Amino acid sequence: MISARRTMAILRKELLQLRRDRLTFGLIVMIPLIQLVLFGYAINTEVRHIPAAVVDQSNTSLSQALTQIVEATQVVRFEERFATVEEAERAIVRAEVRAAFIIPHDIDDRLVRSPAIGGRFAPTAPGETARPVAQWIADGSDTLVAGAIRSLRVMPLGELFREPTNTATPTFEVTLFYNPEQRSVVNIVPGLVGIILTMTMIMFTAAAIVRETERGNMEMLITTPIRPLELMIGKIIPYVGIGLLQVGIILGLGAALFSVTTAGSLGTLLVVTLLFILASLSLGLVLSTIAKSQLQAMQMTVFVLLPSILLSGFMFPYEGMPDGAKLIADLLPATHFMRIIRGVVLRDAELADLGPDAAWLLGFAVLGLVVASLRFRKRLD
Amino acid sequence: MTETVAETVGMTRRFGNKTAVDALDLTIPKGVVYGLLGPNGSGKTTAMRMLTGLLTPSEGRAEVLGTHLPGNAEPLKSRIGYMTQGFTHYRDLTVFENLRFIAEIHDLPAARKRRRIDELLETYDLREQATMLAGALSGGQRQRLALAATVIHEPELLFLDEPTSAVDPETRRNFWERLFDLVDAGTTMIVSTHLMDEAERCHRIAILDLGRKCADGTPEELIEKVGGRVVEVAGNDLRHIGRELAGHEAISSVAQIGARLRVLVAETVTDAETAVTDALRDHPEVSVRPVRPNLEDVFVLATRGAAR
Ligand SMILES: Nc1ncnc2c1ncn2[C@@H]1O[C@H](COP(=O)(O)OP(=O)(O)OP(=O)(O)O)[C@@H](O)[C@H]1O
Ligand SMILES: [Mg+2]
Repeated sequence: MISARRTMAILRKELLQLRRDRLTFGLIVMIPLIQLVLFGYAINTEVRHIPAAVVDQSNTSLSQALTQIVEATQVVRFEERFATVEEAERAIVRAEVRAAFIIPHDIDDRLVRSPAIGGRFAPTAPGETARPVAQWIADGSDTLVAGAIRSLRVMPLGELFREPTNTATPTFEVTLFYNPEQRSVVNIVPGLVGIILTMTMIMFTAAAIVRETERGNMEMLITTPIRPLELMIGKIIPYVGIGLLQVGIILGLGAALFSVTTAGSLGTLLVVTLLFILASLSLGLVLSTIAKSQLQAMQMTVFVLLPSILLSGFMFPYEGMPDGAKLIADLLPATHFMRIIRGVVLRDAELADLGPDAAWLLGFAVLGLVVASLRFRKRLD
Repeated sequence: MTETVAETVGMTRRFGNKTAVDALDLTIPKGVVYGLLGPNGSGKTTAMRMLTGLLTPSEGRAEVLGTHLPGNAEPLKSRIGYMTQGFTHYRDLTVFENLRFIAEIHDLPAARKRRRIDELLETYDLREQATMLAGALSGGQRQRLALAATVIHEPELLFLDEPTSAVDPETRRNFWERLFDLVDAGTTMIVSTHLMDEAERCHRIAILDLGRKCADGTPEELIEKVGGRVVEVAGNDLRHIGRELAGHEAISSVAQIGARLRVLVAETVTDAETAVTDALRDHPEVSVRPVRPNLEDVFVLATRGAAR
């Protein structure tokens, strides 16, 4: 059996070392703090104020009004005016603007025939079709920008004539559950819990065993009666506390700065977060038994961290990924946690709803601990 | 025959195609200080690591305190103490914290832990440094801390890998006082060294070279064996004479010690004094006289023999 005294000795030693390592100690608090502020303010999938140019070939009061109501959507901000389409295209190539709005000289004529304003003067002669009112040229390399411009395609124009638009009955009615204002930060804050924990938890423990080897302490440790499992447990427990502290910082700050409050029960939150922390820590320990140096341990951490950011559902929805990517994503603890934490924080999901993912995390943690203990040899060869 | 605490038979360790320890046979009786004497890279550390179960022998076997190696070395670990060559305790922990850590790792009950730490701080003169970080200690203090940590659980068998290589003679003397106290209490010690004054303190020594054992016995026995093979040459122009002698077939080694040359002759030579005098026929002004060998002579002769 494992000895509580030995496990406690390791735990206490880890805490003492951590306390004397000021920089690491500072990073434990600073990483979640800074990342949350950065991600919360900077990552914004609702695109606004795209710099754009306008090429007004008609120069009438109508065209000016049109420009104004386009700008009023806040999707674009007109920063340049050009006389010709070619000039606008060059500006896009030089990346001075991301899009150009081209108003043809016969705008008045086109508008009156456009069904977009109610089709009062809809084409009567056969073969005559309505032409678009105006044209957008956009830099398609950034799909987010392109998507935002495309959303302007069906802009209602009734306002031009100071009368209600023909808001034809929409084909579908859309009701948004949770996050009705569609703020991306609501999804980012709980997701960030997963990303930051993945980063710090794996990083700390990945270095944990290697550090003993690098500093020469391992030779002393393995001549004592310490058992691998005692060493592993003693090494991860301090970081469980640190993980919880970081979660507190992220969610607390998320509530204070971005008003993202936790809908679910704190008990459920604690349980699922603990499971994820344990899974990440034991993954770190396994890496630590593989790495030969702290640098290697860091590289392995990044190797896990990148797919955790990109594939876990933090950046892109899991459902939209190809099957191969889903397979990889399913192997990452972060993917399972991402589903759980968003459920708990945003939708007040109960532990029972999250059963499979929670069980998966628990299994992963136990397996990792066993593998790390088995891989750890009290030998130098 | 006295009781044996450790024994090796043909114990060999290879790293790739390099043989670090080559068919080592050792018998270490209980209650002695057993010295492993050898130059750098002769396999002392490797031998100790095999005896403590940290390395698996490539060939051969060992028996330490009744435990067969290779095999499960874990039960052995609470009965032995191993002071490694470098300082392997935590530099970012204080002296007291290091001792407490080791005591807890050895699962000492709270009362015994307190008593042992208290005794050790006293014995090894570390009370004033108790709250200092181990990394801030001087070399000698660090070595005392390492020894204290190694003996905290009162092991029956101690392995000390070059325990005093970095300390001044005074500190070394004190250190050995402590070691003999432990021997008095019944502890057996295996000490590696390349220092002659340390080797002289051992009850028995084995001389290692290139992983092989060249000689073993008590220091007196070993000195006895090379009796008559050491002469001293005094005179002028010793550098020149020394170079001349060194090329000679009958001569094993020549070393200048102050105003004298210490000349060790080969094993094949029967009369050392005559052989050296003959070799120095062209230099009538020098004087040659036989001297009593010391352990260094034993060491040089033994390791020379293996190298040739
Ligand atoms: N892990 C290892 N891998 C490869 N070679 C090794 C290893 N450990 C030791 N050796 C080699 O084995 C030989 C014996 O080394 P060892 O450390 O046992 O010598 P030593 O007698 O302790 O020397 P020193 O007095 O310098 O401490 C050396 O040539 C060394 O290069
Ligand atoms: Mg050595």
